[in-house]
Amino acid sequence: MKSALKKTSYLLGLSLLSAHLQAETLVVLAERIYTQAGPVIEAGAIVVEDGKIRQVGRQGQLRLPAGAKTLQAAVVTPGLIDARTVVGLAGYLNQPHDQDQLETSAAMQPQLRALDAFNSRERLVDWVRSLGVTTLHTGHGPGALISGQTMVRKSHGNHVDDGMMQPLAMIAAQLGPGAFGAENRSPGTRSKQIAMLRQQLIKAQEYQQKQQQAEEGKAPARDLELEALVSVLDGSTPLLITAYREQDMQSALRIAEEFGIRIVLDGAAEAYLMLDAIKAAQVPVILHPTMARQFGELENASFTTAQKLHQAGIPFALQSGYERYVPKTRVVLWEAAMAAAYGLPYEVALAAITIDAARILGIDERVGSIAVGKDADLVLYTGDPFEYTTQVSQVIINGQLVSTEAH
Amino acid sequence: MRRIALLLAGCLAGTLHAQQGPQAFVGATLLPIDGPAITNGTLLVEDGLIRAIGTNVPIPAAATVHRMDGKVIMPGLVDTHSHIGQVAGADSSAPIQPDVRALDSINSRHAGLMKAKAGGITTVNVMPGSGHLLSGQTNYLKLRNGSSVEALAIRTETGAMAGGIKMANGTNPLRASPFPGTRGKAAALMRAQLVAAKEYCDKKDSEAPPPRHIGHDALCEVFSGERIVHHHTHRHDDVLTVLRLADEFNFRVVLHHVSEGALVADAIAKAGVAASIIHIDSPGGKLEVMNLLPDNGKVLADAGVLLAYHTDDPITDSRLFLRSAAMGVRFGLDRETALRSVTLNGAKMLDLQERVGSLTVGKDADFIVLSGDPLSVYTRVEQTWVEGVKVFDLADPEQALFATGGYGAGRDQVASEVLQLEAAQ
Repeated sequence: MKSALKKTSYLLGLSLLSAHLQAETLVVLAERIYTQAGPVIEAGAIVVEDGKIRQVGRQGQLRLPAGAKTLQAAVVTPGLIDARTVVGLAGYLNQPHDQDQLETSAAMQPQLRALDAFNSRERLVDWVRSLGVTTLHTGHGPGALISGQTMVRKSHGNHVDDGMMQPLAMIAAQLGPGAFGAENRSPGTRSKQIAMLRQQLIKAQEYQQKQQQAEEGKAPARDLELEALVSVLDGSTPLLITAYREQDMQSALRIAEEFGIRIVLDGAAEAYLMLDAIKAAQVPVILHPTMARQFGELENASFTTAQKLHQAGIPFALQSGYERYVPKTRVVLWEAAMAAAYGLPYEVALAAITIDAARILGIDERVGSIAVGKDADLVLYTGDPFEYTTQVSQVIINGQLVSTEAH
Repeated sequence: MRRIALLLAGCLAGTLHAQQGPQAFVGATLLPIDGPAITNGTLLVEDGLIRAIGTNVPIPAAATVHRMDGKVIMPGLVDTHSHIGQVAGADSSAPIQPDVRALDSINSRHAGLMKAKAGGITTVNVMPGSGHLLSGQTNYLKLRNGSSVEALAIRTETGAMAGGIKMANGTNPLRASPFPGTRGKAAALMRAQLVAAKEYCDKKDSEAPPPRHIGHDALCEVFSGERIVHHHTHRHDDVLTVLRLADEFNFRVVLHHVSEGALVADAIAKAGVAASIIHIDSPGGKLEVMNLLPDNGKVLADAGVLLAYHTDDPITDSRLFLRSAAMGVRFGLDRETALRSVTLNGAKMLDLQERVGSLTVGKDADFIVLSGDPLSVYTRVEQTWVEGVKVFDLADPEQALFATGGYGAGRDQVASEVLQLEAAQ
């Protein structure tokens, strides 16, 4: 509770600061606006002031401020949200010095904060921003039983605190062979993974109890590792569990039930085999990139899984994920496009990288749709956003034009 | 005896084009690649070859007619660089292994072949990897129905399996000894090998020929121009090193990946060397590709370089090969060059332009049926035909599994002839 309060005041402070910096008034005219807050607006206009959306509607029905800077586009969408990435921790050079998404000295390190490793000037951050990504859920990657924390931040600003929305968003875990330890290091089997995870959560429960029951001045010594897990136990931080195979997702649901914790399934390549169980557990899914390579643990992955999650009524978002080689990052716009091409309804595909992603991350009051009062995060396109040959022409974050080179 | 074996091999390979009745594909928009689009056209196919193409093609009475209204038909795609079939060439014993053949390691039942068909690929250069200066002989395959390398091989006029040879420079082959540790050593090792092979080749047809050396034999085919060098290279200076070697030893070469090609586009064009490149969704991934930008294709094509895209499957997915060309257009390439870059231009890089790469009378009847514009994300490959035989059909749920993925799509495949046997029983 205390940490949740701290989080709120932090957010307030920053949003006041950024609002102060953004005084320019901007008008965006578009042939088509996908607001993700209501029906599509044809021949629409958006008025931006002080970094916020002040008006949105049909051209002619709004009072456009005289003399304001005006941008035009064929299509406008909300700023895109990458629901799970490692950019900023993982760098494009892919050399040891720019790969901070995974620390391998221990199997479980929930105390590792994403904000201590985020490089805001990383070229991959620039790259995804130029392709419409305005909000990043980034942080520690897959590869360990518990690899560390994630955070939510806008994709613009040179200081890690600039545009910070959630310094602690989730704690990243992984089940299955992808998180086995190197040679003779535990965990070496699935059963060992679960045993280690359960034991650690039980330890955190005991730590939590001792803290709660301690008399004034006699609280147990602070343990950053257990403290992080207490935030999972008390419900303030979801455990983001990467799992691709059906059996590993079943293990994740079993853990969630045993400890009564909030989890988010990440990857979830075989989710289509267990839609009922995921739905019954009310667990949201951050699905692997549509174009993720279909081999190894993802050998049964399908371009149509997003569509099946949608049909089942399971809340889900799309992500760029983690890539160990090339492309060093994927681009959520293109992953959503591929899902749409393989049967996911058009606006649902767009929602999976805007408003639905915002809801899973708990940031939908500020971003994810084009509505009065929300952050002015907008993407302008030369045509259908999903089409291969359409370009992103401009990107706006907090009312500020941050990308003007067509991509 | 040898002739009989060759003949047999030819039959197995289907290069003798089994007798087929005429088939007419009617009503589609035809994109011949070597000419303008034909709306409401007819493609006439017989005995595995294209017999006629146009708007006023007389349809023989005996022809099977396939209505293709609203569809787009274009040549089967040519992928100049792929690793489907679990191919593995050279091992870790030496940096240069021209004796090793890709064909001896290809698993023709690998799901990758089915996925490539689902992506519209009909001709593919299956290559060993890039961790060696020379990792072996490559294999040019047609993705026919069949479950042996013999059944898939493209044959030369002598009946041999057609292929090139794979070389690489830059950081991939730099490893512990006996591999090179520097670029200078890499070039020196390759030059020494080529010098030795040249001496062998010069004496091969003399009265006192040297003992047979199968690695040198492959390089003799490189010197004679029968076997094209497919050279992995990224950095601009590595590209120039390839051009220098090709000039010194007078071999035919296609540059592959060419990530910094834009920096030396004029030199590549001046050398008359072709570039087969890859589209990657973001910059970086390793140091020597840090400057790979998505407009590489445009810059090379503008400089006059013959341009192709490749999948490098599994680096990019064979089923999304058309996407590479489309992304080229997104970043400045013209549509016509983009479509050539996945068809005719690739065929030229494999010496197969007389047989595949365009819808031209007399060429192999390799083509794909698309639901719409080949450069649109919404377009699906609905059918793939090789030599007049349908090898992929999206309407068949068993085959559609490979187009989308799903449970079991990654497993090795039961051959079509086994399925036919089962059906017959």
